[in-house]
Amino acid sequence: MTLTLGHFLSLGAMLFALSIIGIFLNRKNLIVLLMAIELMLLAVNMNFVAFSHYLGDMHGQVFVFFILTVAAAESAIGLAILVLLFRNKSSINVDELNTLKG
Amino acid sequence: MDVKTGLFYFFSAVLLFAAFRVITARNPVYSALYLVLAFFQAAAIWILLRAEFLAIALVLVYVGAVMVLFLFVVMMLDINVDSLRQGFWKHFPLAAGVGVLIVLEMAAVLMGGFRISEEPKAVAVLGQSVAQVSNTKELGILIYTQYIYPLEIAAVILLVAIIAAIALTLRQRKDSKHIDPSVQVRVRSKDRMEVVKMPATQSFAARDAAMPAEAIAGTEKQP
Repeated sequence: MTLTLGHFLSLGAMLFALSIIGIFLNRKNLIVLLMAIELMLLAVNMNFVAFSHYLGDMHGQVFVFFILTVAAAESAIGLAILVLLFRNKSSINVDELNTLKG
Repeated sequence: MDVKTGLFYFFSAVLLFAAFRVITARNPVYSALYLVLAFFQAAAIWILLRAEFLAIALVLVYVGAVMVLFLFVVMMLDINVDSLRQGFWKHFPLAAGVGVLIVLEMAAVLMGGFRISEEPKAVAVLGQSVAQVSNTKELGILIYTQYIYPLEIAAVILLVAIIAAIALTLRQRKDSKHIDPSVQVRVRSKDRMEVVKMPATQSFAARDAAMPAEAIAGTEKQP
């Protein structure tokens, strides 16, 4: 049984599903939410790399490169906002972020 | 079942276990460390897929920079874990149902429709034969020719991220004896020292007011 593209795509799907479960479970913990988002991006990157390998097209890997860049920027800003939030509220509980009541 | 398949299953199992521990670990520090493990396994799988540059970039950028940032922040914040874990398992059935549904549907589609197993031909970049060119070189050729403007936009995004992160977290401490250098440079000598005109003593002033002018002149001439 050799590896097919489906194996890698299924792995990416499982990783994505796990991170969705993580977002469900850790609704209150903002820092684990950020980590689950990183896992989601990893799953997407896994799909890109697998397609790039099996279709023989390098453009997928270029996209992974850009996704890595944007994800690094996103996590840096997200953590900065998290630190700011903790400084003001002394908590990272998502339930307490109700200042902007709609 | 060759070595590559076995390695794939091993790395995938460790990757999924690490991802599961990321979302269920009690302590956020453990979550971050398991996420590091997950990134390492993903890098190994990418090496199986012959994407060496991205695998090394994942280890260097994510494990080396982003996860260290995560660990810094997790350890810097004094988090009360117990309040954050309230009702953690309450929504687990719904979450697991959604997750299993996603996995089943995706696997049904993917394992059925994507049975491409033949080794791909050498990737042709710019029309030349690149069988002997490494993955890093191919990626470099693509990024610096065809994707040069997206690369510059990515650089600008990183710059914006740097400035935003600094601007968000910068603060002036109220208890610091902080001096603004520009104000310090612009100071003049008269701002520092002021000459105040005032009579020499109060008793002379009172005597002048009380005595007539000739008497003062007379007393001052006779020592």
